[in-house]
Amino acid sequence: MSVKLTVRQVGDVSVVDAVGRLTLGEGSSLFRDTIHGLVAQGNKKIVLNLGEVSYIDSSGIGELVSAFTTVTNQGGKLKLLNLTKRVHDLLQITKLYTVFDVYDREATAIASFS
Amino acid sequence: MEMLLDSNLESVDQAEEAVLRLASEVGFDEDDLHRISVAVRESMVNAVVHGNRYNANKKVHLSVSAKAGKLTIRVGDEGDGFDASKLPDPLDEKNLLRQSGRGILLMQAFVDELEIRPRAGHGTEVRMVKRLPERP
Repeated sequence: MSVKLTVRQVGDVSVVDAVGRLTLGEGSSLFRDTIHGLVAQGNKKIVLNLGEVSYIDSSGIGELVSAFTTVTNQGGKLKLLNLTKRVHDLLQITKLYTVFDVYDREATAIASFS
Repeated sequence: MEMLLDSNLESVDQAEEAVLRLASEVGFDEDDLHRISVAVRESMVNAVVHGNRYNANKKVHLSVSAKAGKLTIRVGDEGDGFDASKLPDPLDEKNLLRQSGRGILLMQAFVDELEIRPRAGHGTEVRMVKRLPERP
């Protein structure tokens, strides 16, 4: 199964709930389009909930990095929520854990913008 | 087991499925199956995308064998070959925010042996070994 994305608003924060596999192909392009769409609409506070993402490959990691730079370059912030152990390990291996703001509670992630 | 695969992303899924079937039969646990899966997908994507460049006339050569407590996976492409030592270090601070270039890093992290060498004839072959953990 490729990734499925649902966007919801919590105040002025856009929460993107991702489910499935974020890998090269359809999943990564959907992910990119969703983030670019949010930024184009002026959403600059984005929480990416990866709690139901079972699998990420290097292309998926690249998409996370691209999302981070896209949002940051527009003056916004992108934060990660609910990393599974596997995704956490991948971010450690790639040294990206230090780049992203990572949270394990949604309320804390949302409060961090204020 | 040997497979000759087309240069497209469907082949990545086929290779993952075939290798995981054998790895599961051999007795790797869920965490190791995930690591093997990532290593296979990364090597297959490199072969299809960077090696064969999606060329329908080129094939990806996959072979998998299991013996003496280890799984050996070979993925070969028919591309122009490359020098892995010249790739940018994805862990260098200045490269951390690059969108690509982490595939070999993940392979290295998830298998016990990784060798990238010119393939007989032309192209590149990736050889990976994953050992079964020793049981008490």
